[in-house]
Amino acid sequence: MARNIIQKIWDEHVVVSKDGFPDVFAIDLHLIHEVTSPQAFEMLREKGLRFHVSGRAVATIDHNVSTAVNRKIATDVGSQKQITALRGNCAEFGVKLMDMDSGRQGIVHVIGPELGLTQPGITVVCGDSHTSTHGAFGALAFGIGTTEVGHVMATGCLLQEKPKTMKVNFVGRMGECVTAKDLILKLISQIGVSGARGYVIEYCGEVVRAMSMDERMTICNMSIECGARAGLIAPDSVTFEYMMGRECAPVGEKWNEAVKYWKSLRSDDGAEYDRVVDVEIDGMAPMVTWGFNPGQGIEVTGSIPKDADAQALDYVRLKAGQAIEGVTVDYVFIGSCTNARLSDLRAAAEIFKNRKVAKGVIVYIVPGSEDVMKQAKSEGLDQIFEGAGALFRNPGCSMCLAMNEDKVPEGKRCASTSNRNFVGRQGKGAITHLMSPIMAAAAAVTGKITDVRKLL
Amino acid sequence: MKNIIKSKIMPLPRADIDTDLIIPADFLTTTDKKGLGEHVFARLRMMEGNFPFNLKKYRDAKILVTRKNFGCGSSREHAAWALKDWGIEVVIAPSFSDIFFSNAMKNGILPIILEEKVVEWIFEEEKEKNGCELEVDLVKQIVKIPGKKDGFAMFAIDSYRKECLLKDMDDMDYLVSQMNEIEKFDKKHAANIFFDTKVL
Repeated sequence: MARNIIQKIWDEHVVVSKDGFPDVFAIDLHLIHEVTSPQAFEMLREKGLRFHVSGRAVATIDHNVSTAVNRKIATDVGSQKQITALRGNCAEFGVKLMDMDSGRQGIVHVIGPELGLTQPGITVVCGDSHTSTHGAFGALAFGIGTTEVGHVMATGCLLQEKPKTMKVNFVGRMGECVTAKDLILKLISQIGVSGARGYVIEYCGEVVRAMSMDERMTICNMSIECGARAGLIAPDSVTFEYMMGRECAPVGEKWNEAVKYWKSLRSDDGAEYDRVVDVEIDGMAPMVTWGFNPGQGIEVTGSIPKDADAQALDYVRLKAGQAIEGVTVDYVFIGSCTNARLSDLRAAAEIFKNRKVAKGVIVYIVPGSEDVMKQAKSEGLDQIFEGAGALFRNPGCSMCLAMNEDKVPEGKRCASTSNRNFVGRQGKGAITHLMSPIMAAAAAVTGKITDVRKLL
Repeated sequence: MKNIIKSKIMPLPRADIDTDLIIPADFLTTTDKKGLGEHVFARLRMMEGNFPFNLKKYRDAKILVTRKNFGCGSSREHAAWALKDWGIEVVIAPSFSDIFFSNAMKNGILPIILEEKVVEWIFEEEKEKNGCELEVDLVKQIVKIPGKKDGFAMFAIDSYRKECLLKDMDDMDYLVSQMNEIEKFDKKHAANIFFDTKVL
């Protein structure tokens, strides 16, 4: 029977399938960070269990680490304790930790691919919902809770129910200044924040095939924002080219063997899906969210819907029918596992070049990893950002979830390249508008939500 | 958990409640599972004086009733820990996010999916009578309003998950019991894993 790629990867990882029980499902790569792991390590100790295969796990610190220029660790005691705990736990259980200043620290979903750990056909989990990012390589990657983090540590497996599958086709051509971020925001606005609940998405079509790995990661990253368990893209030559030569990638004969296997990971002709969604992208403008969930997105040329949710309007202090362009911003955040890779910073730098940050606007540019930071500096992007009056910081999750000191103050409005505009996400009472890096840069230099195409 | 939970409800007539709302990131800097209850819905409790979690009359409610897609967003299990620590044992909604649903079950919180019209009917009942008591029978898989004719609804639950809740069992027990199979699988499957962490 013809199978799609999701079903193929699923079938490959079922260890035990017994009536009356969920399937025992094998996990190949386990990514670990400081916030959702301490209680799981504690569970191992309590139950006297060892780590199943510590060589299939890699840890880093990202969620609460300081991103200040001369950072020490984290600024608050709780965060410091979590980081210290992770260091101790990794040493005790033999897990490799990509610590600060190792040259490899960064947002867990940025460093996995960067190190060549993320590979086609594998299953990846992390105690973080944006684990779906790794799907860009044709991996089945999803977020789990801390109890399940403990299960994977101890057994390398999870109990899972088979997901439904959804095919998403982006139909048409990407217009000027329309980015991967705009496409995924468009999908979420079309099907809503629970539109893909219970599904794993395969993103298909020529538009996706033409995308770089960075762009594919942005798309897969936000799969969770329409409720999907995961999102993936079948691997192709773009994938292999990205992976070749990366630290943890195979070499020589092993590489050839791997590529042969990876090439088999595509949906068969005639494979079926539980649902198919087409997203028309011809003629679309860059997207911006207006409300307090990622499904409340509109084109920058548009207006807030007449029937917009009153609670959302009240929180974001905007009116139904109001044009989104021209809304003034106080903060701009360029970063997060959605948009903090080198290509995102390069694109933003193009807008900042020969311009200044608008008066009164505070701009945080937070690279996704130490490696991204190093490369950005070698290209002089830091000079462009700092020359424009933006702050170029150390890598971490930063203002995306505002766990560390990087917060948007109460009542302030932020143009953000992150993934969630939830109530208080970027700080107590903060208002968030999600958009692409070039749109965020445009907001930074004009001080308001601006159609970036006007700056070309 | 107990097979019968009888309690008044905490009505939360709002859709798409995300886990950032249930427990903001500020409170995730803990290495423990306990003590998060006092911060549950911290943002909304601060913003809205009459938010249900602020009202005395709902303080001992063990059953939270809410609208669709409850627990969406972040995978933080702290959301389930916070609700549990507050005293919530059952959440009733027309739908849940996949991750929250799984996290709830693993912490002795029963997530019950009821049709939207039933949930709305419970809200109306609560409003009309200024309070609504429900009885949840996990063994029989029934939610009912005690003493009310026709005031009941059946719910579905996976038989394995039901067993886990009733016996306070964790997936770990079953997984560990399958260790032989897992190790056999590992040997065969190793051929399809090409990343190497030793180089790091």
